[in-house]
Amino acid sequence: MNNLLWLIPALPLAGFLILVAAGKHLSNKLVALTGVGSISLAAVVTIIVGFNFLSSPPEGGAYAQTLWTWMDVAGFSPKIALSLDSLSLVFIFVITFIGSLIHIYSAGFMAADKDYSRFFACMNLFVFSMLVLVLADNLLLMYLGWEGVGLCSYLLIGFWYENPANGYAARKAFVITRIGDTAMALGLFTIYYQFGTLVMSEITATAPSVWQSNSSIATVTALLLLAGGMGKSAQLPLQTWLPDAMAGPSPVSALIHAATMVTAGVYLIARMHVLFELSATAQMIVAVVGAVTLLVAGFSALTQYDIKRVLAYSTISQIGYMFLALGVGAWTAAIFHFMAHAFFKALLFLAAGAIIEALGHEHSMFKMGGLKDKMPVVFWTFLIGAASLSALPLVSAGFYSKDQILWYAWASDKGSPLLWLTAFLGAFTTAAYTTRMMILTFLGDSKTGIGHHPGKLMTIPLIVLAFFSVVAGFIELPHNFGHFTLFSDLLHGVLPSTVLRADESSEWKFQLLAFVATFGGIYLVFIYYYREPYKIERLRESPSFQWLYRFWHGGWGFDRLFDLVFVTPFVFLAKINKRDVVDRFYEGIASVTNHLYRLLSATQTGSLRWYIMGMVIGAIIILGLQIML
Amino acid sequence: MNSSVSTEIVMLLAGLLFVLGITGVVIRKNIIFMLLSVEIMLNASGLAFIAAGARWGQPDGQVMFIFILAMAAAEVSIGLALILQIYHQHKSLDIDKLREMNG
Repeated sequence: MNNLLWLIPALPLAGFLILVAAGKHLSNKLVALTGVGSISLAAVVTIIVGFNFLSSPPEGGAYAQTLWTWMDVAGFSPKIALSLDSLSLVFIFVITFIGSLIHIYSAGFMAADKDYSRFFACMNLFVFSMLVLVLADNLLLMYLGWEGVGLCSYLLIGFWYENPANGYAARKAFVITRIGDTAMALGLFTIYYQFGTLVMSEITATAPSVWQSNSSIATVTALLLLAGGMGKSAQLPLQTWLPDAMAGPSPVSALIHAATMVTAGVYLIARMHVLFELSATAQMIVAVVGAVTLLVAGFSALTQYDIKRVLAYSTISQIGYMFLALGVGAWTAAIFHFMAHAFFKALLFLAAGAIIEALGHEHSMFKMGGLKDKMPVVFWTFLIGAASLSALPLVSAGFYSKDQILWYAWASDKGSPLLWLTAFLGAFTTAAYTTRMMILTFLGDSKTGIGHHPGKLMTIPLIVLAFFSVVAGFIELPHNFGHFTLFSDLLHGVLPSTVLRADESSEWKFQLLAFVATFGGIYLVFIYYYREPYKIERLRESPSFQWLYRFWHGGWGFDRLFDLVFVTPFVFLAKINKRDVVDRFYEGIASVTNHLYRLLSATQTGSLRWYIMGMVIGAIIILGLQIML
Repeated sequence: MNSSVSTEIVMLLAGLLFVLGITGVVIRKNIIFMLLSVEIMLNASGLAFIAAGARWGQPDGQVMFIFILAMAAAEVSIGLALILQIYHQHKSLDIDKLREMNG
């Protein structure tokens, strides 16, 4: 049954091709059937393959399927080959399963859109590219998927292209991720130069013997790969594109900018973990990038008023947690948090999309309010997602995954108290901004009337995702209660387990502190925004707070900084070089030719005599030369 | 065959005729006279071929002359046809009035 693997990416590709070729002539119903059907079938195949993979694990923990040779140039012959191990199994499960739920939701959400088939074509192409990314057995094929998801992200952010701001956001996302991609390409060149192969299993097998631990080449390569991951996963300092990417439709934000594409960086680092383990510096930088990002984005999320921007900053922050986990060597914890995050963040985005749609495209949370009774299904599912995001103890998936990261940030041999403290503060802010979002959106007075309620196509995916946002956590329990390690056992075939420096017996103290962070954040915001709102009003009036508010609201001024450092000098250079210096040379050639032409055309008088004289003189000269030489 | 006239003299005559022809082409205004001058040039080169053929005792010179003769006949017939057309269109045979194809 494993040989059905090729069907998983092939089905979305087929869906994409059908929709591109014939989408304009199909009815909306058929378009939805093709778009949703291809992904759902892929999900079914994934479950069959996954079941087969788990019941009879292949030798060496990975199943490889070579489809054909991509090209063959002077010994460089990358294959179109898929490889399935437990890490990619987790990813393809999340991609196809959550992907199909989001597609079902989109069938309802986009029903009134005139570009229905274009939407599903792009979504199918995205799922195909993402599956290629995680199933590729060599880095070149993975890079193909990597660029493919970037392209689809661009196409879907700018989906409503009539508004120039959306096109601008799409361009921004494309250009900024391209910076990371360039670094990653350089990393691939280095790897090929050093290993002579791009097949991942060969690289990971030979890297420890080829490179010495902590050698500079290992560090540089790991950092180049990290830069690629930073661009795709919106980590500091390449995070500025993600909040703007919310210009796309909500299902796009849920699928691409929450559940799957933005975690490609996490996948890359987890996949190449051997290279990172060879360089302590690189791994420390991964942890620091994650830690700083999760705090910066967390504080920014606290001040947003657009509900989708809150979720965008929250996504950046949660991926920061994953990077932190990768950095401290808690590989399985990162992937666990990826899976939990995919469930609850997709849920939150879809629910937010339902709210925005119902309120007539109202994004501002300050104009929502009082939706608790008006949209009960959305409220309850959103509440479950929010509980998971803020890591509400015991009952949410987010708790189990984040608690693990917090614990490893302290207890791993690469962890440190400072990293733990940032993660702890991050947990506090996460709870705070999530509660703020809940209160502003669902409690209080109603400020905008509801247009139409979401249909069944939209609510059922919400309920399914809410279910998984709770139970996904139970497959991995901390060892002091339950000690159930299904998930990490599954992944230990690919990813090494974490080396601990601290004693496991102290874990309950940290769990207690995580409780405190979550409830502290919830309580504080509850007081300020709900019980005694005058306090927040008073706070708003102080100038220092206003400055801080604006600073956080603008994403810590990164946009302005990049504007100042990169955009302004570039525009200035372009302006002073309006008449291109390089062009001068070519203009010179053109003008010399032009002058010569004028000179010679003056001899074309039309007088036959002149021509004959010319011929005679020419003949005399040639004869004269003949005689003289 | 012993020639009574030396080859140099004949070549000189041919050269003279050729220069006369060229001069005619250059200075004449009337196209018919220019065509005549071209004929003179052709015959001058024909004479040179004959003389050279006689000098070396080879038939090639006479072959070339017959070739030039045939070519000249063709050239004259085409040239005269063109001149006829030019006269029909422009009512003039003055080469200086026919300078339309300038740069």
